[in-house]
This record gives sequence, structure tokens and C-alpha cells, in this order.
Amino acid sequence: MNTVVVARLVPDLVEELNIDSSGKALDMAWVRLILNEFDDHAIEQAILLKERSGGQVTVMVADVDGADDVLYAAAAKGADQLIKLTGDWEAGSNNHALARVFAAHIRQLQPDLVLTGVQAHNDLDGALGPLLAHYLGMPYVGYVAGVQPSNGKVIVRKEYPGGLIAEMEVALPATLGIQAADQPPRYVAFSRIRQAMKTASLVEQPVAGLDPGGGPTVNRMFQPEVGQRATMLTGTSQEVAAKLIEIFRERGVL
Amino acid sequence: MAVSATSQSSTFSQTFYTSLLEIPEGERIRACLQCGTCNGICPYGYLMDFPPGKMIAALRAARFDRVTEADSVWMCVSCYACTETCPSKIPLTLGLMTRTKEELLMAGNVPAELQDALQNSQRYGNPLGESPRKRADWAKGMQPPVPIMAEIRRPVDVLWFVGDYPSYHARVQPVARAMAKILQALEVDFGILGTEESSDGDSQRLAGERGLFEMLAMKNGRVFSQYEFNQIITTDPHAYNALKNQYPALGISYPVQHYTQFLAERLDRLQPLLKREIKALVTFHDPCYLGRANGIYEEPRQVLQAIPGIELVEMSHSRSTSLCCGGGGGGMWLDGFQWEKAHVRLSEWRVREAVTAGAEILAVACPYEAPRFEDAAKMVQKAGRLVVRDIAELLVQAMSD
Repeated sequence: MNTVVVARLVPDLVEELNIDSSGKALDMAWVRLILNEFDDHAIEQAILLKERSGGQVTVMVADVDGADDVLYAAAAKGADQLIKLTGDWEAGSNNHALARVFAAHIRQLQPDLVLTGVQAHNDLDGALGPLLAHYLGMPYVGYVAGVQPSNGKVIVRKEYPGGLIAEMEVALPATLGIQAADQPPRYVAFSRIRQAMKTASLVEQPVAGLDPGGGPTVNRMFQPEVGQRATMLTGTSQEVAAKLIEIFRERGVL
Repeated sequence: MAVSATSQSSTFSQTFYTSLLEIPEGERIRACLQCGTCNGICPYGYLMDFPPGKMIAALRAARFDRVTEADSVWMCVSCYACTETCPSKIPLTLGLMTRTKEELLMAGNVPAELQDALQNSQRYGNPLGESPRKRADWAKGMQPPVPIMAEIRRPVDVLWFVGDYPSYHARVQPVARAMAKILQALEVDFGILGTEESSDGDSQRLAGERGLFEMLAMKNGRVFSQYEFNQIITTDPHAYNALKNQYPALGISYPVQHYTQFLAERLDRLQPLLKREIKALVTFHDPCYLGRANGIYEEPRQVLQAIPGIELVEMSHSRSTSLCCGGGGGGMWLDGFQWEKAHVRLSEWRVREAVTAGAEILAVACPYEAPRFEDAAKMVQKAGRLVVRDIAELLVQAMSD
């Protein structure tokens, strides 16, 4: 099976997120990017498929900070081909632009299977997978938690609320939105990643241009605002406790 | 050509055995008597499929594959109890146990909890998964301010390596603040690395992640080389162990002391500052990486005894027979895994000993211990009143008017 994984780097929530001066987007100056968790599962699923039934795994990412690390870690796990799409990613991009660009590069590889994370925390709608499928003319199944090859097709597991699980057969080529791999993503020893940095070849492919058409426009982005009815208590813990007791007494709780 | 399982495993056993002979004193493994002392002294030996002695037996039988198929080596807390008691003086902790973990880790056989800590160490330079930019946040607002090397831009006498848990863990940050107060009270000319400091990597190394350890060590080494100082002191015995015994092989070599050693040398100046009595029976828990691994038993006790009012009592296991808190060798990040296997906690065993010894305060000198023992005290009968304090915290308490 020839599998292509589209991986995204998303803001790492370990760092604080701030809004830029336009009030419509994240201030990227201090943001650190991290591999989208669902995409990590998509990579793992692709490697598992290769280990079980052979084939080739290609991992494709946009050329943003941390892209090389993601690709070399994937190579250390067993990915065969690493592709970095170079271009003007600075201004950010929406799912439509991403899907058009990635689809153009994926098409040349003629994959049996295209995997990507079902969501990302900058893609809560999970639109990238369906859009990729649309541009590639493939069927799409999302929220997939397990993939098995079966007579030139794949059987995918999909989890429903209430603990129900469905299995469905999907004709290839297909695009899948991965929620979870069959097994949790493996740990790869740091020395293996260092080895991959020396031996794996990373291919850069320039993108023709990003067309954001079709995507949404953000009017305002903001931190949660303190509600009118909330009273914030300030001071030392003793002062706050004293004020709390006062309030409880007033309201007749104590 | 078909290769039978036995011949494969015998090749693997042979390669692994050879790798053990290459470490310092490694050839002593040939002198294993199969006496079983290590199996008996290991705090988790009774539930390991392969405690150290049995691992050596499997190696000699060319069936080491059986050891790596079992996952019981992840119960090893690298506490040096086996190494300490081995009559043939085989470097069991440093060699056999750690090398086995390395093999499992390279094969991707790592418990999920441990995986998180290792991944965090790779990405953020600390196992807790905190932002490296917040590494010096514990010192915010302190007066006088804690000097950060990149800001003061001058040579200092002492570079204080703060460490992961004192930098980030809510229970251990007060220990870092106490340390700063002590150094300031003693008018030590010191500085910290702040956001430039990375994990010392020692526990990651003992959990089998040698490559990660080397990466972290090199990162710290590059930062050390940018500054001028006469010596390093550490809050953490694991950091002390790394800097003293492991970094030099990577070309990173500086005089280093654990803070209890540093303070024991300055008792004449420290003692007059300790004006307030702490009237209590105190017992000291020897951390594995001060005690057994590095032979430092007296200094922490000397510092404790400088505090007026303190009466030291010893637990039934003390000094070289001390019991591990359970946090070493990756144990800090395997609590769930070890609980599932053992349904006991080493930290609770230790707290029971402190209570039996009649101690009111359990004094510690390793950043893993305060949170571990405080949690354990909640689970142990009659430990409700046991107070767990780092020596640095007790010193600051004794310094206040």
C-alpha cells in the first residue's frame, strides 16, 4: 500500500497564546509549533500499515518552523519519503488553500491511501480531510480509529457515541481522517532521530501559490472576557478566604 | 536462510553481554556468583520476572530474549541497592539494568507514561512538559532578585544548577526559593542559568534514553562554556551525579557539589544565622544519588544538626541501606505502571519507617522526595502529622526571626 500522510504543525498550547495588533489573528511571534496530535496518529497508522502489509509511506508537511523535526522523527519511525512544501507560509493559510496545494503534490505520487488527522486545534471543523478528498476525487471517511487492508480495499473502524463501533469497507484510493491509530504513537529513541537526520533524504517541493478562496474570514479573535456578573476576589489567600466567608454569610449559605 | 529462534537469541545475548563488558568495571559480571543477594535486596525484586541475578543467569544461558520480552526491568528504580550489596562488585545499576532499559527503549518497548516524560524532555528540555521560557518563573518577584547569568553578564563564584522539579513543580519551587535565600544570606556570589538551563538528563539516561541524555548534556555544556564561574552546585542529587560522573566523559567537566556539601563546608558562617529553634525529632532520608551512588552520608546530617532544637533519629534503613523513594531511574514517570504491577509504593514504605522511628519531620535533600513523601503520608496510617521538608526549607525556617 502506498500511503501519503499530510501532517500539520499547530500552535503549542504549552506557550501562552496572544492576539496580534489586528485583533483578528494569533500573534505568531512567540508561538511554537508542534505536530498536530491527530496527525501524529495518522503517521503511526501509516507506519503500522506498512509494517503489516508492506508498501511505502510518504509524509508531507508545509515548510514552517519545526517541519524538519516532524519529518525526521517520522523517518526514524519508518517513513520512506519526506516531502516539505516550500513557499510563503508566513501569512498563514486556510484549509482550502492547504487542500488545493497538497492535493496537487499528492496527485503526482498516485497513492492508494491519503491519511491526515481528523481535526487540528486550528481546524476544529476537520475540513482539511474532506477538502483533500474533494480535490483528489476520492471518497472520504472521517473519525477513523483503525485501518486494516482487505483484498485491495481497506476496512476502517469508526467510533460512534455510546461506545458503538462501525466497520466499513472503503474502495481505494481513499482519503481518511484519522482520530486514532490502531496503537498509540510509538516512542522513538533520540539517537534514532539523530540517525535519520544523517541518512534520510528530505525533498523540498516549491508550491505555486496559495489561493485562500473559499475560506472563512475572522472578524475578531479574543481571550475570554470576564462576565459582568462575576466578582473577582483579590489579595492574599487569607484575605480572599475572609471575603468569601463574608459573602457566604451575606447570602445566607453559612 | 531460516534462522532458528535459539540461534537468534544466542547472538543477541552474546552482543549484549559484550556491551556489558565494555563499561567501567563491566568485566566483573564474569564473577557473578549467582548468590541472589541482588534479587533479595531489590525493593521490587520479589515481583520481577527477572531480578538482576536471574538476568545474568539468562544471559549465561544465551536466553536474554526472555528478559527483554518481559517488562519487569521497568520496575527498576536505579537505587543502587543491588550494586551496593553485590559481593562481586558488579556495576549492576550502571551496566546491566540501564543497558537493558536501553535495549527495550531502542526496540520501542516503553511504558506510555515514561514515553510522555521522555518526549517532553526532547521537546521542552524538562520532563514535566512545561515551557522552557518559564524555567526561572519560580524566582519572579523575589527580593533581592535571583541573579541570572545572561542578565548580569559577569563572572560569578558559584553557578547554581537549579534543576527541573525545583524550577517547575509547585511543591518543589519553595525549595528553590529557600536555596536562593540561603545563598543570599551567606553572601555567596552566585548566578543561575534561567531559561538557558535544560534538564540534567540523568534520570532519562537511567530510564534507558542515552541519546536524549547526551543531547541535554551537550546543550547544558554549551551554555556552561559561555560563562565564567568557579564551581557548580546543584539542588538535585541526580544533577550532581550527572555533572560529576557522566558529563566529564562528554568533555563537560567542572567542579561540582550538591548543596548539602557546599553548606557543610560553610557551617561556621551558616550556624550563626540559624537563630530560631526547631524543636522536633527529625529523620533524614538518604537520597540514592547522594548516598549509595556517591557516598555522601555525613554532610546532610551535619547541616541538619546545625539547626538548634533538632534531634536526629535514624530510620531502620539508613545510609547505605536507605530505601528508594521510588522516583529514580524513570520511576518518577512510572507511578501508574509500577502501581499496577506492585500495588505498593516505595514512598509509603519509607514514610511508615519514618513514623516508626518516631520522627515528626522527615527531612529530604532531593527534589523528587517532598512531593512523593507528602503524597505517601496521606495514605499511611499515623502519618497524618508527619511533616516533609527539604533541608533547605528547614534552614530558612530556622533563619527567620
